Amino acid sequence: MAAFPWHSRNRNYKAEFASCRLEAVPLEFGDYHPLKPITVTESKTKKVTRKGSTSSTSSSSSSSVMDPLSSVLDGTDPLSLFAATADPTATAAAMDSSRKKRDRDDNSMIGSDFEPWSSKRGEILTRYTTTEKLSINLFMGSEKGKAVTATSAMSEKVRTRLEELDDFEEGSQKELLNLTQQDYVNRIEELNQSLKDAWASDQKVKALKIVIQCSKLLSDTSVIQFYPSKFVLITDILDTFGKLVYERIFSMCVDNRSVLPDDFSPENVNDTAKETCLNWFFKIASIRELIPRFYVEASILKCNKFLSKTGISECLPRLTCMIRGIGDPLVSVYARAYLCRVGMEVAPHLKESLNKNFFDFLLTFKQALLTEMMERCKKLGNNALLLNSVMSAFRAEFIATRSMDFIGMIKECDESGFPKHLLFRSLGLNLALADPPESDQLQILNEAWKVITKLKNPQDYINCAEVWVEYTCKHFTKREVNTVLADVIKHMTPDRAFEDSYPQLQSIIKKVIAHFHDFSVLFSVEKFLPFLDMFQKESVRVEVCKCIMEAFIKHQHEPTKDPVILNALLHVCKTMHDSVNALTLEDEKRMLAYLINGFVKMVSFGRDFEQQLSFYVEARSMFCNLEPVLVQLIHSVNRLAMETRKVMKGNHSRKTAAFVRACVAYCFITIPSLVGIFTRLNLYLHSGQVALANQCLSQADAFFKAAISLIPEVPKTINIDGKMRPSESFLLEFLCNFFSTLLIVPDHPEHGVLFLVRELLNVIQDYTWEDSSDDKIRIYTCVLHLLSAMSQETYLYHVDKVDSNDSLYGGDSKFLAENNKLCETVMVQILEHLKALAKDEALKRQSSLGLSFFNSILAHGDLRNNKLNQLSVNLWHLAQRHGCADTRTMVKTLEYIKKRSKQPDMSHLMELALRLPLQSRT
Amino acid sequence: MGTSLDIKIKRANKVYHAGEILSGVVAITSKDSVQHQGVSLTMEGTVNLQLSAKSVGVFEAFYNSVKPVQIITSTIEMVKPGKFPSGKTEIPFEFPLHVKGNKVLYETYHGVFVNIQYTLRCDMRRSLLAKDLTKTCEFIVHSAPQKGKLTPSPVDFTITPETLQNVKERALLPKFLIRGHLNSTNCVITQPLTGELVVEHSEAAIRSIELQLVRVETCGCAEGYARDATEIQNIQIADGDICRGLSVPIHMVFPRLFTCPTLETTNFKVEFEVNIVVLLHADHLITENFPLKLCR
Repeated sequence: MAAFPWHSRNRNYKAEFASCRLEAVPLEFGDYHPLKPITVTESKTKKVTRKGSTSSTSSSSSSSVMDPLSSVLDGTDPLSLFAATADPTATAAAMDSSRKKRDRDDNSMIGSDFEPWSSKRGEILTRYTTTEKLSINLFMGSEKGKAVTATSAMSEKVRTRLEELDDFEEGSQKELLNLTQQDYVNRIEELNQSLKDAWASDQKVKALKIVIQCSKLLSDTSVIQFYPSKFVLITDILDTFGKLVYERIFSMCVDNRSVLPDDFSPENVNDTAKETCLNWFFKIASIRELIPRFYVEASILKCNKFLSKTGISECLPRLTCMIRGIGDPLVSVYARAYLCRVGMEVAPHLKESLNKNFFDFLLTFKQALLTEMMERCKKLGNNALLLNSVMSAFRAEFIATRSMDFIGMIKECDESGFPKHLLFRSLGLNLALADPPESDQLQILNEAWKVITKLKNPQDYINCAEVWVEYTCKHFTKREVNTVLADVIKHMTPDRAFEDSYPQLQSIIKKVIAHFHDFSVLFSVEKFLPFLDMFQKESVRVEVCKCIMEAFIKHQHEPTKDPVILNALLHVCKTMHDSVNALTLEDEKRMLAYLINGFVKMVSFGRDFEQQLSFYVEARSMFCNLEPVLVQLIHSVNRLAMETRKVMKGNHSRKTAAFVRACVAYCFITIPSLVGIFTRLNLYLHSGQVALANQCLSQADAFFKAAISLIPEVPKTINIDGKMRPSESFLLEFLCNFFSTLLIVPDHPEHGVLFLVRELLNVIQDYTWEDSSDDKIRIYTCVLHLLSAMSQETYLYHVDKVDSNDSLYGGDSKFLAENNKLCETVMVQILEHLKALAKDEALKRQSSLGLSFFNSILAHGDLRNNKLNQLSVNLWHLAQRHGCADTRTMVKTLEYIKKRSKQPDMSHLMELALRLPLQSRT
Repeated sequence: MGTSLDIKIKRANKVYHAGEILSGVVAITSKDSVQHQGVSLTMEGTVNLQLSAKSVGVFEAFYNSVKPVQIITSTIEMVKPGKFPSGKTEIPFEFPLHVKGNKVLYETYHGVFVNIQYTLRCDMRRSLLAKDLTKTCEFIVHSAPQKGKLTPSPVDFTITPETLQNVKERALLPKFLIRGHLNSTNCVITQPLTGELVVEHSEAAIRSIELQLVRVETCGCAEGYARDATEIQNIQIADGDICRGLSVPIHMVFPRLFTCPTLETTNFKVEFEVNIVVLLHADHLITENFPLKLCR
C-alpha cells in the first residue's frame, strides 16, 4: 500500500470556539428554570384550604383528586374531628377518636423523658432469657372440705360462685414440668388467649381464676434469670384483664344513649355499673393469697374511678403498704414496679376529673415514693441490694438530685451482702445520665472518689472508675480529669493489672475523647499519654488509636500546627502504622490509611512552607508501609508546590524556585516506592504537570520519561477490588491524558524534535497489545490528533510562563516536515491494521475503525489534499462494504459534512459529499 | 324458648332497709301470647337454723333442723287469670318492709348453721297442660347505719412463745416476738378491719401470716344450745419470710352476705372473730384470737 501523506488542517481555535459556543439567551426572572420550586396550581390550592371541620364524608369524596398530603390532613385530622364532636349528637365513633386524642394528650403530659413501658418491655424480654427448664404450677383446685349444706338454692349459688374462685376446674391440679422457655411463653400465651375466650363467653369467674393463677406464678422465683421476662408476660395478661374489666364496666354506663365522657365523675355512673364494679372489688378482696390479690387489684386500679373520686389516690398507698407483706425481695420489687407502672398509666386520667395541677401531683407522687423508699432503705440498715435496685429503677434525675444522700447511705451500709463498689457504679451510671445540682458536683466527686480510690481489687476499682470518668468529664475541667486518670494509672499499673481490664480502660478513653473535642486541651492533660501507654497489647492499642483518630477527624475542623497535637498524634499514627504487617487485612490497612490521611490533611503550618515540607518528609519516613498515605503525601507536596506558585503569582524567586524543586524531587524519589502501576503512572504525569507549571522543565522531562519507561511494565491484567481486569482500557485512558500534556511540553534543546512523542510511540509499538482489541489503533488515532494539534501555528492551550513548541519553532517548515513524517508512519500503521482485519474476518471491527479514522481525517486533515481526499472516500466505502455500518450513523455523518461545507473555506467538502454514496439496505 | 318470668328489683344492689318500700317489676317475656291462671308475688323473710352434727347425732342433725323462724311474709295477687300478649309485659310491684308486732328485720346473713334470707317469689299458675312458672329472687336487707361515730376500741398484742397457751413442749419452740395492733375490734361492717403487725424477730423463717375471719353461730333451744365456729375467709397478709421490724398492714374487707352485724336473739346468736395465724417454717402454727363486734 502506498503511503499517504498527512496534511493537517489549519485551525483557528479562537474562531471555532466562538462559533461553537452556545448562544447566550437572556433569562427573564420568573420563567421556567429547573431549580425553581414547584408551584401548586390554582384549582388545587382551593381544595387544600378548605377546612376539615365539615363533615368527614363530604371531604373524603373530594380527597381522591387531591394530593396525598392534603388528603391525609382532611377528614381524619384529629383536631377537626375533636371539634366536630363538640356537637352533642356526635356519634360514638367520633367519640372514640376524640378519646384517642385525649390519650395522646395525656401521654404528652407525662413528659418526654418518661420511658414508656412498651420500650422497656421488649428490652426485658430479649435480655432475660434462660435455657433452664421451667415449670408452670397451676393449682386449679384446692380441697377445702367446707360443709356445703346450705338449704336455699339462692345462697348456694352465691356460695359456689365464691368458692369457684379457689377451685378452678374440679380438683384439677396441673403441674407442667421441664418446659423450655419457648414452651413456657407459649403456655402463658395460651392462658392469655383462654382468658380472652372466657371473657368473651361470659365466664367472668373463670377469667378471674385464670388471672389469679397467673399472678401466682409470679411468686415462684426458681429460675431467677427468667423472672423479669416472666413478669412481663404475666403483667401483660393482667393488663388485658384490667382492660377487659374496665371496658365492660364502662360499657355498662352507656345504657341510655349518652356516652360517658372520658372524664366522668362517679355520680354519672349508674348503679348497675357501680354494683358490678363493687362486686369485682369484693371478689378480689377475698382472694386468699397475697400476691395474686395484690396483682389483680392493681390491675383493675383504674376501675376505682367508677366508685369514688378519691379511690385511686386512696388505693395506691394501701397497695404500696401491702407489698411489705411480700417476703421475697425480688418478688416485692417487681410488685412495686408493676404498681408504679399501673399508677402512672391511671394517674394521668386522674388529672382530668380531679385536679388541674395534676402534673405537680405526678411529681410528688413519684418523689414521695422515692423518699419513702429511701427511708425504708435506712430502716433496713441500708440494705445494699435494695439501694442498688432503687438507683437503677428510678429516673436518673431523681437520683441525681439526691446523690449526696445516696453517697451517705452507701457509706453507711454494711458491705456483707452486696459490695459497695457496685453501689457506686450504679450511682455513677445515674450521674452520667442526669446532672446533680451544681453546688454538689465537686463534693459528690470527692466523696465518691475517696471511696473508689480505696478499692483494693483492681477489677472492682476499674469497674467503678470507668463509670465515674464520664461524670468527671461532663462536669469538670482537665485538671480533675487528669487527677482521675493519674489515679487510674496508679491503681492499674501494679502487677500489670491493666492487662485484665482493657475493655474498661478503652471505655474510659472513649468517654474522655467524647467530652474533649478540643485536642489541644486533650493532649495537655498530662496523664493522657501515660494512660495510653497502659495499652500494651498491640491489637487493643491500635483500637484505641483508631478511636482517637476517628474523634480527631470528626471534631477537628481547622488545620492545626499545634506542636503538642502534632507530636501526640504522630505518635498515635505511628502506633497504628507499625501494627501493619504481612498478615494485616486489606480493609484494615485502608482504614488505617484513611485515618492517617485525615491527620495529614489537617496539618498546616500556614505560610511556613519549608516546615510543611519537612513535616511531609518526616511523615514519609514514618508511614512508608501504607501506600495510600504515601500517595496522599505526594499529592500534598504537589499541592504545596502549587500553593507556592500561587503565592509568588507564578514568578518564582531564587529561593522559591529551589523550594519548588525540592518538592518536585520529593515526589520524584517517592513515586518509585509505590507498588500500584497506574498509581505511579498517574502520579508521574501529575507531578510532571506540576513541575511544568513551576517552570522546572528538565524535572518535568524526567517525570515524563519515567512514565514512558514504565509503560512496558504495565501488566496485561490488574487487580481491581479483588478481581483481575484487563488493563488496556486504563492504559488507553492514561495515554490520552498523557498526549494532551505532551502537546505543551517543549522539546529539549539537546534531543531531537518531538523526542518524547517518538519515544512514546516506540514504547507503544513494542507493547504487546491484545490481538482481539483495537486499542493500539485508537491510540495511534489519538497520536494523529496530537500531531495535528502540534502542527498548528498557536496551540490550543499553554502553561503560563512556559514556551511550548509553537513559539519555540514558530511554524518552522523543518519541524512541520518532521511532524508530517511521523503522521505518515502512524497512518501506515493504521491502514495496515485495517487491512489485517479484513483477513481475520473481523469485518465489524474493520467497519467501525474505518469510520472512526474517516472522522479523524474529517476533523483534523486537510481534505483539499487529493490523496487524503481519496483516502477518506476509500475509508467511507470500506466502512460500508460489508453492510456492517449503522445506516443512521452514516446518514448523520453525511449530513454533518454537508452542513460543514456551508462554512467559509469549507466548500471543498461539498464535492466530497457528492463522492460519498449511502449504501441502501439490501 | 317459651315463656320466661323474671323479677327485676329497682335497686341495682338489691339492698333495702326496714321501713322502706321494695319496688320493682315482674317481666313476662314470650313470643306468643300466654294463657295463665293468675300471677302472684310473695315476699318472705326467714331465719333457718340447723344443728350441727357435732352437737347432736348425724341423723338428728339431718332431720331435727329447728323450725325456720318467719320474720316477714306477704303475698299479693298481681294479675287475675287471663292472657298476656306476646312480647314483654312488665308489671310493677311495691312491698312496704314493715314487720308485725315486736319482730325485728334482721340483716341478711348467709352462714352455715344460721341463714337469714329474704326472697321474692313470683308464681304464674297455668292450666294443667303447661307447667307452673316460678321465679325466685333474693333481696338484701340491711339495718340502718349507726348514727354517730363508733367508739374505737384498739387492741395491742404481743405474741411470744411465753404468751401461747395450749403448747406441749414450750422449750422446743423457736424464739420469736411479734407485735402489733388492731385499730379497733368494734368494726363498722362496711369498713375494712385494719391494723399493723411487726415481726420484731423470729428464729424460724416465717412462711405466711394470715387473717382468718371466723363466724361463731349459736343455736339455742329448749334442750340446750350448739355453738360452732367456722371459717368464713382466710386472707394472707404476708407471704414468705418478711422483713424484720417492718410493719405489715392488716387489712381485711368484710365479705358481704357472709357477715352481718353481731346478732344476739333469744334462740340464736351470730358472732365474729378474727384469728391472726402465723405459720413458721418448722410447721409451727401460732394463732391469736380476737373477738369482733360488728355493726353497721
